[in-house]
Amino acid sequence: MNIYQDIILDHYHHPHNQGKINKQDRSITVNNPLCGDKIEMTVNFEKNKVKEIKFQGEGCVISTASASMLTDYAKNKSKQELKKLDSKFIIKMLGIDLGMNRIKCAVLPLEALQKLLV
Amino acid sequence: MIDLKNIKNEFPIFQHQPNLVYLDSTATSLKPKIVIDKIREYYEEYSANVFRGIYPMSEKATIEFEETRNVVSKFINANKSEEIVFTRNATGSLNLLAYSLGRKIVEADDEIVTTIMEHHSNFVPWQVLANETGGAFKVIDIDEEGYLDLGVDNIKYQISNIKNTNQKLKILEQIITKKTKILTLTYVSNVLGTINPVKEIIKEAKKINPKIIVIVDAAQAVPHLKIDVQDLGADFIVFSSHKMLGPTGVGVLWGKEKILQEIYPFMYGGDMIDEVYIDRSTYKDPPHKFEAGTPAIGEIISFKEAINFLDKIGMGNIRKHERKITDLAINRLIDTFGQSIKIYGPKNIEDRGGIISFSFDKFHPHDIAQILADEGICVRAGHHCAMPLHTRLSVPATVRASFYVYNDEKDVVKLVTGLKKVRKILS
Repeated sequence: MNIYQDIILDHYHHPHNQGKINKQDRSITVNNPLCGDKIEMTVNFEKNKVKEIKFQGEGCVISTASASMLTDYAKNKSKQELKKLDSKFIIKMLGIDLGMNRIKCAVLPLEALQKLLV
Repeated sequence: MIDLKNIKNEFPIFQHQPNLVYLDSTATSLKPKIVIDKIREYYEEYSANVFRGIYPMSEKATIEFEETRNVVSKFINANKSEEIVFTRNATGSLNLLAYSLGRKIVEADDEIVTTIMEHHSNFVPWQVLANETGGAFKVIDIDEEGYLDLGVDNIKYQISNIKNTNQKLKILEQIITKKTKILTLTYVSNVLGTINPVKEIIKEAKKINPKIIVIVDAAQAVPHLKIDVQDLGADFIVFSSHKMLGPTGVGVLWGKEKILQEIYPFMYGGDMIDEVYIDRSTYKDPPHKFEAGTPAIGEIISFKEAINFLDKIGMGNIRKHERKITDLAINRLIDTFGQSIKIYGPKNIEDRGGIISFSFDKFHPHDIAQILADEGICVRAGHHCAMPLHTRLSVPATVRASFYVYNDEKDVVKLVTGLKKVRKILS
């Protein structure tokens, strides 16, 4: 199955939650030096839940779409809930078959999110 | 004589994958049937260890094994076959040198010189050696077109000392000095395709410091250009079998016999030993001194078939063919995509091997490679094990297409068509 599905490309061309929260509770930058992908993620919490979350950076279609969808998903979820997410969840969320080389691109935003929750 | 027109017939992979467009020979080459058959011959007919058995099968294996050493020796015009050491790959050869030669001759305040266009395998071992010994690690810069930044009459380079990563501390000075113990550089850049004027550089370097040891990473040169080590003037060259139609697991280190005798062994164990006592051991002469343990026997035996195959095509014809395809590809890419494609490396085709690394619009190299892969086109995306070079070029990654004997005009057409599809999907 082609990984460049319309929904993936749509998130790539028009990413949700793109940018940076100026007064953020926490921020983190993760990168994949192999391909040069870099994501800065910022978050605001309300009690134990994600209230607002944004990302910016450079990335391929897969990492950008993944960040766009993941930040959508994360809103209003509790830290405990989000800590449970793993690469299987990301693959399911994207709904595409990823080769072993592209999984790294897909899970980079998850790595950022997990670090924000610690 | 092997004719390049029907050469795909010699490579069984094209029977299995008739639509394969393989543009990643810089990473590894495809294998002709004659090489695969020879490996099978060893395993089916005389799969004994070498240098051990008195029985005929072991003798046969040893003769076939040593015959490859002779073939390699003739292919690069070495003085004698004892100057050919088998390793695992070019990386293995370079690490051997960093250990056996580096630890022998480099001391605090000595200098090791390399270039910014090196593959990590000819960069990191020397960086580590310099850090361990307290020596200086000097890196020759490139100019905007991807040539080594050499002075006119003298070897003057932009240098950086690794201990001072602060850009401001970059100074321009004569980089080769009496303190320079080792100069190690690539013949052909695996990213830019630049063919360095290695012979001239060696000549100049040895004028400044006659004691300097020069190592040439010829992994991207020996498969594509006629190399004569005696004419080149280097002290060591390294290359890999698998990039020149041969099997994986076989590397070559060529070195001058006298230096091979003087430097340390690399690994200790079987085959490399002369005598062992409780308190001391003595070692065999080169090349066996550097070949501890059972080698990749079948692979080394069949490596000579790859060299014979290249010889039958003729290295001059290979270079001519690659130059034609590369020229064609560059022109088609620029004609089709104009400003949106940026090709790195020398514009003059005479100074470039069959390697084209490029950026395309703002598209991510991984996406480009992926969409091309869906079209059956194999290219490489990433930093190609040359991160310092990509940092220098201010791009995290590039896409690389590379050509060899089995590539033709159709492959170039498919690459261009594939890139049109990339643009359609990602724009």
